[in-house]
Amino acid sequence: MKLASEQTLELDEGHVTVGQSFSDDPKMTMRNINVFYAEKQAIYDVSIDITKNEVIAMIGPSGCGKSTFLRTLNRMNDTVDGCRVEGDICMDGENLYAPNLDVVELRARVGMVFQKPNPFPKSIRDNVTYGPKIHGLADTRVDLDEILEKSLRKAGLWEEVKDRLDQPGTGLSGGQQQRLCIARAIAVSPEVILMDEPCSALDPIATAKIEELIEELSQNFTIAIVTHSMQQAARVSHRTAYFHLGKLIEVNPTEQVFTMPQHQLTEAYITGRFG
Amino acid sequence: MVKMSFENHIMKQFDDELEEIRTRLMEMGGKVEQQLQHAIRAISEADSKLAEQVIIEDRRVDAMEVDIDEACILIIARRQPAASDLRLVMMVTKAVNDLERIGDEARKIANHAIILSEENEPSVGYPEVRHIASSVTKILANALDAFARFDADAAIRTIEEDKQVDLDYKTALREVVTYMMEDPRSISRAINILWVVRSLERIGDHAKNLCEQIVFVVKGKDIRRR
Repeated sequence: MKLASEQTLELDEGHVTVGQSFSDDPKMTMRNINVFYAEKQAIYDVSIDITKNEVIAMIGPSGCGKSTFLRTLNRMNDTVDGCRVEGDICMDGENLYAPNLDVVELRARVGMVFQKPNPFPKSIRDNVTYGPKIHGLADTRVDLDEILEKSLRKAGLWEEVKDRLDQPGTGLSGGQQQRLCIARAIAVSPEVILMDEPCSALDPIATAKIEELIEELSQNFTIAIVTHSMQQAARVSHRTAYFHLGKLIEVNPTEQVFTMPQHQLTEAYITGRFG
Repeated sequence: MVKMSFENHIMKQFDDELEEIRTRLMEMGGKVEQQLQHAIRAISEADSKLAEQVIIEDRRVDAMEVDIDEACILIIARRQPAASDLRLVMMVTKAVNDLERIGDEARKIANHAIILSEENEPSVGYPEVRHIASSVTKILANALDAFARFDADAAIRTIEEDKQVDLDYKTALREVVTYMMEDPRSISRAINILWVVRSLERIGDHAKNLCEQIVFVVKGKDIRRR
C-alpha cells in the first residue's frame, strides 16, 4: 500500500475500499450495496461491517452518499420514490430486505435520530411512551413510567424535564428536543441507533452534551453517525468511514484516519483541501 | 519519492500559515547551523570575539523558538489541523525545541572557546574536535536539507550517520583521557576539550531527533526507540 502522499487524487474505476472495513464481531454486515435514485446511482458497491457496540462515523463531502447509505440500514429509503437498493444488508445474520420482514419492527430495532429535532407535537411523556405503546412493550402505566424515566435518564434529560413531563416537547430548547428524540429512539430498546447529523442544528454546548451521550450510549447500543463535522467524528467515533462520490474510500480506526489516513482522498478531505 | 504538499487548502490563509512556520523553522535551522560553524571556528582559530558573538546571538535563537511555538499554537487553536498538517505542526513544535538546544550547545562551545583562547598551551585535542565537528556539521546540514525537501530517505540515512558520531565521540574521550595521563599539566585544557566534544555529540543527537521527526511527517511512523 502506498502512502497517502504518494497517491494521486484520481479514483480508479474499480476502487476497492482501503483499511479495516470488516469486523470479527459484526452487528450489521453490508455487502456490495448499490443504491439508485431512478437512473442515478448514489452508492457504488459498498461493503462494510458495523461492529457491536461501536460508534462508526460516516464522513464525506455533500452528495457523497453517506446519508443515503445510513438510510439503507433501517430501510428509510423504502419511502423514497424510485429508490432501489441492491446488495445484502444483514443484522445478526438476518436479511433486512427479506420480503417477509416487518419494517415497522425493524425501525424499532434500528432507531434513527435526524438532523433537525422533530419531537411529536405532544407532551414530553407521550413523545417517549408512544413507541413502547404501539410496539406493545409495556401495558401498565407503571411500566410506561419506568420506561419514560429510564429513557430520559439515558438521554441525559431526566433532571431537566422531570417536573414538566406533561408539557409539550416542542417547548424545549433545540438541544433538549434532540435529546428527547434520542430518548424516544431508545425507549423502544433498539439495538442500533442511526444518527444523521444529529448536532448540526445545535449550539456547541448542546452539541457537547449529545456527544457525551453518544459515548455513554455506545455501551448499550451500536451507533452509526453521519456528520459534517470532522472534529465531531474524531471526538465520538471508534471507526471512521470516508465516502466520496458514492464510493466507500476508506474505513479505519478514527485515530488513524485523523493522523495518518491511508487514502489520499481521505487526507484531502479531512485536511480541508476540498469538500 | 514521497512528495509532501501543504498547499491547496480551501482556506488559503491556512496554506500561508503552514508555509510560514515551515519557512521560519528553516530560517531558525540556518541560524543554528551558522552558530555551530562560528563556535567551531572560534575554537580552531582561538577567536574569542567570534565566540562572544555566538553567545550574544543565542538570544535570537531562543526568541525564534518562542515565536514559532506561538505560531504553532495559533494554528492548532484556529485550524484544528489533521493528518499531514497535524503531523507537520507537531513536528515543528518539537523541532524548534531541538534547534534551540543545538543553539545552547553552540553557545557552550563558544564559552569553552573563550577559555581555551586565553590559554597559551599546545593544541591538545584539536584533531579530535575537528574530526567530530566536521561530521556533526555535515549531519546537521543533511538534517535541515532533508526537512526542506521532506525527504524521509535522506533523514533515515542521516540517522545512520549519527551512529558514527557516537563512536567517534567515545574514541575522542579515550584519546583526551590519554593526554591527561601523559601530561597532567594538560588536564585543565583537556577538560574543556571534553566538554566541547560532548556538546558536539549532543548536537548530533538533536539533529538525529530532527530526522526522526521528518520521517514522522512524511510517513506517519514514529521511529524513535526502534
